[in-house]
Amino acid sequence: MKLLLIFLILLGVSCKTDKHDEVALKLLTVEKTQSIDVPSLEILNYAGLEPYLSKEDSLTYVVNFWATWCAPCVKELPHFEKLNNQYKNQNVEVLLVSLDFPSQYDKKLKPFIEKHQLKSKILVLDDVDQNSWIPKVDSNWDGAIPVTLIYNKRKRQFYDRTFDYVELENELKQFIN
Amino acid sequence: MRFNKIIMLVITAFLLSAFTNVNTPTVIQGYDIGDIATDFSLRNIDGQMVTLADYENVKGFIIIFTCNTCPYAVQYEDRIIALNNKYVDQGFPVIAIMPNNPIIKTGDNPKAMKARATSKGFTFPYLFDEGQKIYPQYGATKTPQVYLLEKTNEGNIVRYIGAIDDNYKDVKLVNTKYVEEAIEALKNGNTIEESKTRTIGCSIKS
Repeated sequence: MKLLLIFLILLGVSCKTDKHDEVALKLLTVEKTQSIDVPSLEILNYAGLEPYLSKEDSLTYVVNFWATWCAPCVKELPHFEKLNNQYKNQNVEVLLVSLDFPSQYDKKLKPFIEKHQLKSKILVLDDVDQNSWIPKVDSNWDGAIPVTLIYNKRKRQFYDRTFDYVELENELKQFIN
Repeated sequence: MRFNKIIMLVITAFLLSAFTNVNTPTVIQGYDIGDIATDFSLRNIDGQMVTLADYENVKGFIIIFTCNTCPYAVQYEDRIIALNNKYVDQGFPVIAIMPNNPIIKTGDNPKAMKARATSKGFTFPYLFDEGQKIYPQYGATKTPQVYLLEKTNEGNIVRYIGAIDDNYKDVKLVNTKYVEEAIEALKNGNTIEESKTRTIGCSIKS
């Protein structure tokens, strides 16, 4: 895209015709608008994430750890999105914690969020000290993803498994009923 | 009447079992520190079968479950090569095992494994866990995952399970090289300080 843009600008300059300049300008505008539309990510280390895993308000939180490179994670994401949509008015909040590499934030994560129009709240965890924070999320977690944590101020359950929608909804119901 | 009762029982049993299956997370029982690890006979990328018992004059093995397609595994490829180059002559060769089902992850099929090993210049065997029989016995859940074995008269004893080091992102910022520290401790007869570590990794595809 950028190369094409430069090429077109060069072409515009070298030809000095109004038409080419117009095209180049138009492309420039498109590029600018797109960069504004890209969501800004909330990137946290574990200390920053921890408060999201231990809230004591009236909500029930469904926290899913995922990454764009994790195929089973991507497969079950729509169920979390659906859950968020169905239950957002019933004191439930879905949090999607991405473990993508920082080098992939712009290349893969942002385009993924846009493409799939993710509506749940997305947090990005960037903390290399995994050996210390993984057991803090749950003592039984060895680090394979996806995993999901469902909690509210009364109850807390960690799931080292994948879900379909019915299974996920059934688990959530045990927290809100 | 009696027949109906039996049918009811069967249906109830079926429903119960279905219900239980849905709600029971899969727990993988694997090795813990001190357990004796199974040997295996797995095909290497050169077509030859590799068995731990064939290795003479070694003190142990650095078994690494890894693959082509996991970004974490790729991130560690150079470090795995470096581990082998450093320790193969000290009696601890690297044995890499690819545990994924290549029907699900085509990028991990034997042909792709061979291509990757060739292009990266792997200096160690890169074995295919055909039929996925070995990784569940070890209890591996993800790639990359290391099992450091010490060869003894009783068998190959698991001495360390976990990550290669504590910084997947940048080798220059690593504070602790877990596997190297474990090997050094073994060589010197010391206790391994951190015998189990955790990292994020890609679930093994079955």
